[in-house]
Amino acid sequence: MILAQIIEQLFKKPATNKFPVKYMPKSVSAFLKSGRPIVPPVPTPPRFRGKLIYHREKCVGCEQCGRVCPANVIQFVPQEKKVRFYLARCTFCGQCTDICPADAIEMSNEFLLADYNKYSKNLVLE
Amino acid sequence: MTEEEARLQRTYYTIPIGPTHPSLKEPLQFSFDLEGERVVDVEIKPGWNHRGLEVLGMKRNPLQTLYLAERLCGICSVSHLITFSRAVENALGIAVPPRAEYIRVIIAELERIHSHILWAGVAAHELGFDTLLHLTWRVREQVMDILELLTGNRVNYALVTIGGVRRDITREQEPLVRQALRYYKDLLEMLVDAFLHDPTIELRTRDVGVLSYKDALELMAVGPTARASGVKKDIRVDQPYLAYPALELEPITPDLFRPEVHGDVYDKIIVRLLEVEQSIGLIEQALEKMPEGEIGRATKEEMTELLVQIKKREGEGIGRHEAPRGELFHYIRFQRDSEIPILWKVKCPTYSNLMSYRPMFQGAQIADIPIIIACIDPCIACMDRVIVRRDGREETWQIAQLLAKSWEKTRRLKG
Ligand code: SF4
Ligand code: SF4
Repeated sequence: MILAQIIEQLFKKPATNKFPVKYMPKSVSAFLKSGRPIVPPVPTPPRFRGKLIYHREKCVGCEQCGRVCPANVIQFVPQEKKVRFYLARCTFCGQCTDICPADAIEMSNEFLLADYNKYSKNLVLE
Repeated sequence: MTEEEARLQRTYYTIPIGPTHPSLKEPLQFSFDLEGERVVDVEIKPGWNHRGLEVLGMKRNPLQTLYLAERLCGICSVSHLITFSRAVENALGIAVPPRAEYIRVIIAELERIHSHILWAGVAAHELGFDTLLHLTWRVREQVMDILELLTGNRVNYALVTIGGVRRDITREQEPLVRQALRYYKDLLEMLVDAFLHDPTIELRTRDVGVLSYKDALELMAVGPTARASGVKKDIRVDQPYLAYPALELEPITPDLFRPEVHGDVYDKIIVRLLEVEQSIGLIEQALEKMPEGEIGRATKEEMTELLVQIKKREGEGIGRHEAPRGELFHYIRFQRDSEIPILWKVKCPTYSNLMSYRPMFQGAQIADIPIIIACIDPCIACMDRVIVRRDGREETWQIAQLLAKSWEKTRRLKG
């Protein structure tokens, strides 16, 4: 039975998604600079827990989100009565989204967040 | 004879295996006494990768600790979540609505399916049967997708919260879950055929790593390790919790498949594969019987209220759950006027199963070491390297060499 599976697989598309490219490029930075398209990652289902979106204007500065965040992502900025997110630490649990009384936090389906610098623009939300 | 002479006359070598590798939740160090190829005795030392998670939990409120507890293990994450929540609910006297209990059961059983299939793949790899590894891991994707759909992530589902669950299983999702269950039902026949009717696998695992019924009882083995030795032990049956009392469920022992129980690796494969089937049945029953209604504290007001309640109340509580690897146990204690617990203790199934390694290894061959290590816990990757002490010299064995030895044995047996 397993032999049948193997033969079947020979004619089927591979189960793995060739993300981000089919073969490892000779030089990764040259590939990235060339701007050639990458194979997209597999789609995410609805209500996926991805990168946070912060609606600064809605935030009332109640500090509730910081009370439930397991990873100390959220720093309160008292002068402005707003918060700052250091996403490099975020565990994507979504508790801040759930508790925020002003609906100022949302979760997107973006998940490609790797970066060399944990304080890069992409990873600090204000 | 002096001690030195006795040491020189000793005919066995000692090989230490381990201890650490970051991907294992409990890295181990093994030290084998060998007589030729035969293992005479084994010394096991845990405690190489103490991460201090319990201390972190004693600096946070339980809502924060929830998803930290989930990260105790990457495979049975929801088991830790359920057990932790149950300990907190037990300590503070919080009730869980029935529908939430059913949803917890469904997620726990989906997790069992993915954990056991993952384990089966690892076991196949240890035996040098990589085709089967890739096949099992490919079919495992289906249950991962369902978990992602239901909870929002492939691993670390963050679904359970204190006093309930955070997301409901909607009407649109139900058919998709059923479809996945049908997929596994059809597949199971093939997996049973590939694992249990394969002569090579039988040769490599029959009477290897035997844990007798008596030893399993005396050494307090838990989960599939105990059940494979014929011990009918399953928290879901012995002390029913969540929605399990309402579901039909029997502890799985290998005699359901073959008349006699050996307690060897082969029996452990039987138990795990049959448990996949059992989990499919449990999820079907749960979907059938699940009542409508509340799912627990998911709204903002309820979450805030919960934090207030935690601060007001005091008490201690325990949570137990049959994780894919066996009984999991959490203990927590709260003081008045503090939302931070003063004590949190976790006991994982691997820890309970550790002592069973000794009888399993006695009499085994070096080539059987990988599969015996793998047979109680899939995270064999801890076996990072091996140091062989031979005539006072030290050689370092890489995991690849050990695996090569195991694969070579498979090839030899195949003839
Ligand atoms: S998603 Fe979780 S970890 Fe990330 S910021 Fe919100 S509460 Fe913290
Ligand atoms: S909970 Fe919402 S409103 Fe309150 S500080 Fe956080 S983001 Fe702002």
